[in-house]
Amino acid sequence: MSEKKKSADALKEFGEKIVRDIKAGKNPAIDLLVRGLSNVEFDKKSKTLILGKKMAQRTFFNVAHSKKFLQTVEVAKISKDLIEQGKHASLRDVFYMAKRTIPNTKINLVDEQAESDDVIEDLEVITTLSRENLNVNANKNGSVAGNVIIEDRGDTIDWSKMGSGGWSIPSNTEELKFKKVNVKYILYMEKAAVWERLHEDKFWEKQNCIIMSSQGQTTRGIRRLLQRLYEEHKLPIYVLTDLDPWGHYIYSVIKYGSINLAHISERMAIPGVRYLGIRVGDIDKYGLRKNLIQLNDNDTKRLKQIMEYDWFKDNKEWQKEFEAFKKLNAKAEIQALSAQGISFISNKYLPEKIKNQDFLD
Amino acid sequence: MAQTKEKVATTKIKAQELAKEQKQVSVSEFFLKNRHLLGFDNPLKALSTTVKELVDNSLDACEEMSVLPEILVELRQTAENKFVIIVEDNGPGITKEQLPNVFARLLYGSKFHSMKQGRGQQGIGVSASILYGQLTTGKPARITSRIDVKHPANFIELRINTAKNEPDVLTEKEIEWLNKEHGIRVEIELEGKYQKGKLSVDEYMKQSAISNPHAQFTYINPLKERITYKRATNQMPKPAKKIQPHPHGIELGALMQMMKATKAKTMLQFLTNEFSRVSSNVAHEILTKAQIKQETKPVDIAHDQAEKLFKSIQETKIMAPPTDCLSPIGEEILTASLKKEFPAEFFASTTRSPSVYRGIPFQVEAAIAYGGSLPKEELVRLVRFANKVPLQYQQSACATTRSVINTVWRNYGLDQSKGAIPSGPAVIVVHIVSVWVPFTSESKEAIAHYPEIIKEIKLAVQEVGRKLYSFVRKTVRMREQKERASLFDGYIPELASTLAVLTGAKKTELEEKLKERLKKDLPLILEQQA
Repeated sequence: MSEKKKSADALKEFGEKIVRDIKAGKNPAIDLLVRGLSNVEFDKKSKTLILGKKMAQRTFFNVAHSKKFLQTVEVAKISKDLIEQGKHASLRDVFYMAKRTIPNTKINLVDEQAESDDVIEDLEVITTLSRENLNVNANKNGSVAGNVIIEDRGDTIDWSKMGSGGWSIPSNTEELKFKKVNVKYILYMEKAAVWERLHEDKFWEKQNCIIMSSQGQTTRGIRRLLQRLYEEHKLPIYVLTDLDPWGHYIYSVIKYGSINLAHISERMAIPGVRYLGIRVGDIDKYGLRKNLIQLNDNDTKRLKQIMEYDWFKDNKEWQKEFEAFKKLNAKAEIQALSAQGISFISNKYLPEKIKNQDFLD
Repeated sequence: MAQTKEKVATTKIKAQELAKEQKQVSVSEFFLKNRHLLGFDNPLKALSTTVKELVDNSLDACEEMSVLPEILVELRQTAENKFVIIVEDNGPGITKEQLPNVFARLLYGSKFHSMKQGRGQQGIGVSASILYGQLTTGKPARITSRIDVKHPANFIELRINTAKNEPDVLTEKEIEWLNKEHGIRVEIELEGKYQKGKLSVDEYMKQSAISNPHAQFTYINPLKERITYKRATNQMPKPAKKIQPHPHGIELGALMQMMKATKAKTMLQFLTNEFSRVSSNVAHEILTKAQIKQETKPVDIAHDQAEKLFKSIQETKIMAPPTDCLSPIGEEILTASLKKEFPAEFFASTTRSPSVYRGIPFQVEAAIAYGGSLPKEELVRLVRFANKVPLQYQQSACATTRSVINTVWRNYGLDQSKGAIPSGPAVIVVHIVSVWVPFTSESKEAIAHYPEIIKEIKLAVQEVGRKLYSFVRKTVRMREQKERASLFDGYIPELASTLAVLTGAKKTELEEKLKERLKKDLPLILEQQA
């Protein structure tokens, strides 16, 4: 059976279960694993977040569920259509395909994209298909440069010859093939602006590494690409984020998987990545003290949450880092390094950190 | 003034005339200078003050006779700024002999507080209106009175002689008064201004009808619109009783005046006879503390002794005054009255138990009308009454307003900006009755901010607020339930058609099955929380 047929059948079976409920005169129900912190476990063996066994039931004749129920069925229909037509749609497309006012009511089937996005993740859990298998893509986001040659849909692409913008990473990196990987490590950073700085400074050439970034949270395409490079080519991966709780969580997601997508950690998480910076110790070492920003209530709250996550709780090094961060009570952006000179980051900070193996694991 | 022109002056009597004229001018001047204290600040207010005086008198007279009031109020415009005000009642009437005196007591006030709940406390006397009419139009007041069927009606034209402060009767005759067994009709022409709105006579009439549900009013405004306010009850209000002042409510000055005026021979007698709740034991305690002998004559009390006495009174525990002297409108009748006047959907009233401020009994009533076709986007209308008389002016200075603002109306289903009257489709009524209503000033339009009074008003409006809330919650709930039930009318076809596409099942079959199930589940669904 083709991948395509398997996906379409899984969606159809999802619908047929509901039809059986209806024909039997039952309140139609969708059973699904609960997604969210309450049903996420840290698996000590694989060192990744995995989904627990807590189930939830979504029933149609329940005012609190009925709209979400409709959304789920609607998105399953949209996805099955896409698969059968061999087309891919973006998350935004799916939102618009589902968006309409339900006749004879004043209610929109979906009001915000977050609702349809959420339902797609539910469908992944329900059908065990990945979003890529559902023919839904995220926005592509992120750049890469380095001494690597790949093949994508029949095209050969050299990541060292992509000009000032680098190669733009697609939302689905499942199918691409690595032809030549001639580098020592991967540096992943949360900020596109920092990536451009390093690219201009030819950092990847001097250091013989891959530089990769997205903007903000790491997309699934990039996470999968990182995992494949890590597993298929045994490349060390270092993560560079701002010194703030949100930066720490970006690292956490790459390493352990995310709470929302715990059901696909297996294909996303990279337990071997290490955190390079910005670290609390860097503040005085690299003269960043005058560029600090006071933590706000939101930051403090988030830091407290992260400190208590199972996967950080027993990590002594990280707890030490968090404590120091709490004491510092201020955050620092990667770009704060530019105060020491525009290429300070490429010429001194990064080479020194990597040489000294100044990482957190 | 007008009448002096008619006089022929001769040199012989010129000096005499001048003296007279001067005196006359000074009374008139006094009146005009103090018109704001008396409710004649401006032509608009002059009109409603006069109506108020006449209606108050009529209502009080009918209540004294225990007859259900039937009152006609008519405003006739005679010139751009001139109006004739006519008020006619079915009260006991006034005998021919008494008639001129009753209407010509100019600026007469009692020295002591009358400790009885009454409308009169508001008033400054009809004679002020007659004088105002005389000064602004030169016309006399026209009064018709009949005391019973055995007597004919008497008609007089009356002016106030400002020199002598006496009535001048210009015309006096017996007339036929058809269809009227007893009652009074007063016509006063004066300078005034008529307009609609919150401060209008129209509004005053509407509010009077609310606070006097046992009265029937017929009102004809200058536009010749005739409005009849029917009774909400045929029951006469419980008569208010006069009580003696309570020692804790008396001021030093008043205490001293009372001692001068009393007929009591000894201080013991004075205290026990002229105050409520003072037994001889209590009087004894007061006097001992003040170091005054029981047999001392009240007139012999010196100033410093009076001060001691006053202090001693304050320090002595005295039973609270009797409160059965008050006559509120009553919850049921107040509700019925509001139902008659406001096109609302929900009504609630409360009458608090009597309470006491500074030794003076008072009682608060509150009511609310909500929903229906009351305006939704405006501030709530606040209707204030004191001893059944509408208070139209100085809303912002009133204790009532303060209490309403300080109540958190959001808890009761109304919107409210900070420091403001709530907004929404509602009318809030607050009524305070007391043997002595404390006003902020002589114009008697706003109730003073005594903490005890503010607290009682607040408790009263909170009580009706809670009743409102349970109504609002119930209607919101019913609306939500209705919406929920109809929700699935939209959802079922949607689910059926989506599933039909997804699985190839038949849409109509799915829809039918779902509708069957809905019928079964509906009572459950209505109870669910969204």
